[in-house]
Amino acid sequence: MDTTTKKIVLPGEEIDLQGMKQGNGIYHENGKYYAYQLGMLQFYNNYVNLIPLSGKYYPVKNDKVIGKVIDIAPSFWILDIKGPYPGFLHINDTPWKSGSGELNKIMNTGDTVFAKVNEITESKQIWLSLKDNGLRKLEGGHIVSVQPTKVSRIIGKGGSMVNMIKEITGVKIQLGQNGIVWIDGEPDKVLLVIKILKFIEDQAHTSGLTERVKEILEKAR
Amino acid sequence: MSMVSNIKLIDENGLRIDGRKFNELRPIKIEVGVLNRADGSAYIEWGGNKIIVAVYGPREAFPKHTQNPSRAIVNARYNMAAFSVDERKRPGPDRRAIEISKIIGEALESAIFVEQYPRTSIDVYIEVLQADAGTRIAGLTAASVALADAGIPMKDMIVGCASGKVDGKIVLDLNKEEDNYGQADVPLAIIPRTQEVVLLQMDGNLTREEFEQAIEMSKKAALFISNLQKEALLAKYSRPEEKEEVKEEAEQENHGDDDHE
Amino acid sequence: MEMMIMSRSSDEIVYGLKRDYLEKISSGGNRIDGRKFDEYREIKITTNFVTRAEGSADVRLGNTRVLVGVKIEQGEPFPDTPNSGILTTNAELIPMASPTFESGPPNEDSIELARVVDRAIRESKMIDLDKLVITPGEKVWVVFIDIHVLDYDGNLIDASTIGAVSALLEAKVPASKVGQEDFQLPINHIPVMVTMAKIGSNIMVDPSLEEEEVATARISVATDENGDLVAMQKGLSGSFTVEEIFKAVDTSIEIGKDFRKRVFGR
Repeated sequence: MDTTTKKIVLPGEEIDLQGMKQGNGIYHENGKYYAYQLGMLQFYNNYVNLIPLSGKYYPVKNDKVIGKVIDIAPSFWILDIKGPYPGFLHINDTPWKSGSGELNKIMNTGDTVFAKVNEITESKQIWLSLKDNGLRKLEGGHIVSVQPTKVSRIIGKGGSMVNMIKEITGVKIQLGQNGIVWIDGEPDKVLLVIKILKFIEDQAHTSGLTERVKEILEKAR
Repeated sequence: MSMVSNIKLIDENGLRIDGRKFNELRPIKIEVGVLNRADGSAYIEWGGNKIIVAVYGPREAFPKHTQNPSRAIVNARYNMAAFSVDERKRPGPDRRAIEISKIIGEALESAIFVEQYPRTSIDVYIEVLQADAGTRIAGLTAASVALADAGIPMKDMIVGCASGKVDGKIVLDLNKEEDNYGQADVPLAIIPRTQEVVLLQMDGNLTREEFEQAIEMSKKAALFISNLQKEALLAKYSRPEEKEEVKEEAEQENHGDDDHE
Repeated sequence: MEMMIMSRSSDEIVYGLKRDYLEKISSGGNRIDGRKFDEYREIKITTNFVTRAEGSADVRLGNTRVLVGVKIEQGEPFPDTPNSGILTTNAELIPMASPTFESGPPNEDSIELARVVDRAIRESKMIDLDKLVITPGEKVWVVFIDIHVLDYDGNLIDASTIGAVSALLEAKVPASKVGQEDFQLPINHIPVMVTMAKIGSNIMVDPSLEEEEVATARISVATDENGDLVAMQKGLSGSFTVEEIFKAVDTSIEIGKDFRKRVFGR
């Protein structure tokens, strides 16, 4: 049977697996199981997982992230993706072609891309790619950041939350798993979306959130 | 510890100059998430101590030569604000602050899963805004909470307490006068789950028996303070409907342990 | 593969599109947090936060947080002012407050901050230094203002000035240490500093960090209760027209009046 609880556990707290298997975020010592970091316990599909409630973005293969170019090498860009490590984007993993040393003509420092985590090497090099649907250099609009652990709440079940926000405000939104959000639209609508994102972050742990967000959006319309 | 004084630190009823019993802690208050810019933060008031801690990271260690290819490095920086003490302190680290930073960093590192983040640093900034004896342990206790708030993976949350010798008697959690005029001070920090010692210093003069007594007393108090750390984190992260329960449970737990009340 | 040398400065590189966006909306009269151009963020002051100091103030200006402590100690007067107390101001941009701040001795940013705050207090003659003499020519009171930045979200100059003024207003001279009675630090005037940033061709007060990051020029103007100017500082590599500067001065005078009453109750 699958059950999902929302019990909060703290680093080092002993966890009763209740006969299930050890999932993510749980460590094992002398036959006992403990929480690896601050988070919520989820009992799902015969596994016990710890869902982090705080912390930096940690890249996972195929994540879609938003990065900022911070440096340029002869054949790749170096991007800040708000994780513990920078991301690298090789020219061969983009739709563009360029002679060596001329990458700055395509993208310069401060430019923003919506990219995919393509590969994470043994030594924690994070390689990104633009070769997939919708991945691109972002132009126009504004950038805000949210806590990466709250991104799934902002997306909502099957994208329900973010789609509702887009629909009611008419604002374009691109969410990075790393907590960077690109927003484009009328200034007052962008401001409204920023406030809504903050609200979702603060209230992420409460129930009935979609309804309350809808109410705020309708009122502001 | 060696200052000679005629001040009587324990009265005929066995009470200390601030009215505490020999095994009584000063009041402690911990708050989580007090800063916006840092990845994790905590504020602690412990007696007259007021200390704020920020955690940044894991982030690429800088300068690059400090990077370790197999694990994260833990940098603690203990710093006293110029106005935190009676006589203005010149800003910037002195030898004392550098030593304290080193031992706090090492103690915190013992609980952090550093191998998860090669080449990064986890930076812990401890700012003493007002000092009232026991700043290193108060700072370390808040640092553990700030690390948890920053989502850093840890075996457990380090916690500590000091004991010392005053007027020939072993007492818990020295205040400023006791620290200045007492005969010994033993700051201690442990991993609460295993009770392993991760920070220990001592200065002054103690018999073997007195030392054992001091360690026992500090350990017991540290376990009590460990609950305060957890309460503070739960107060920030629990859902509203759970918060009341957490508070009630914590209150019951604290009242159950009369030794430190 | 050889990695590039990375530094913490990655936090200092601004998203180009953010710069464009803030410039674009400012031309329509908008700011990114919805404020008007002459609107300050919320100010919260807690005085007497550090009881060990002779005066202290914990100031929050939006999400910026600065703790200012005032210590008053005995010292020797300067040879050229034997019958005057001494004022000295120091600022620490500690790495707690921002990923872009590094530990180490004061750098040019923290020195500029300390000197600009000092200038407003000194030149407005806020403290009556002549009343801080213990023994003429030998011993005077030294007033140390220490600015400790805890959380950086823009406009440190105003937050620090508010903190310094608030801490001084409540500071007591510990004269009992020299056999006299403690007395309130003698105050003559109250300076108010207003900092403005230029984004595109628009000027807005109390810039947040997001605004500071894309601003081309910055100007701080301090006034006293007569509306007279007592200190100014222009910063960053961009420029202002003379007309813009006059307008900034007018804005500072105007805001100062309300501010002095609302924030300091004077």
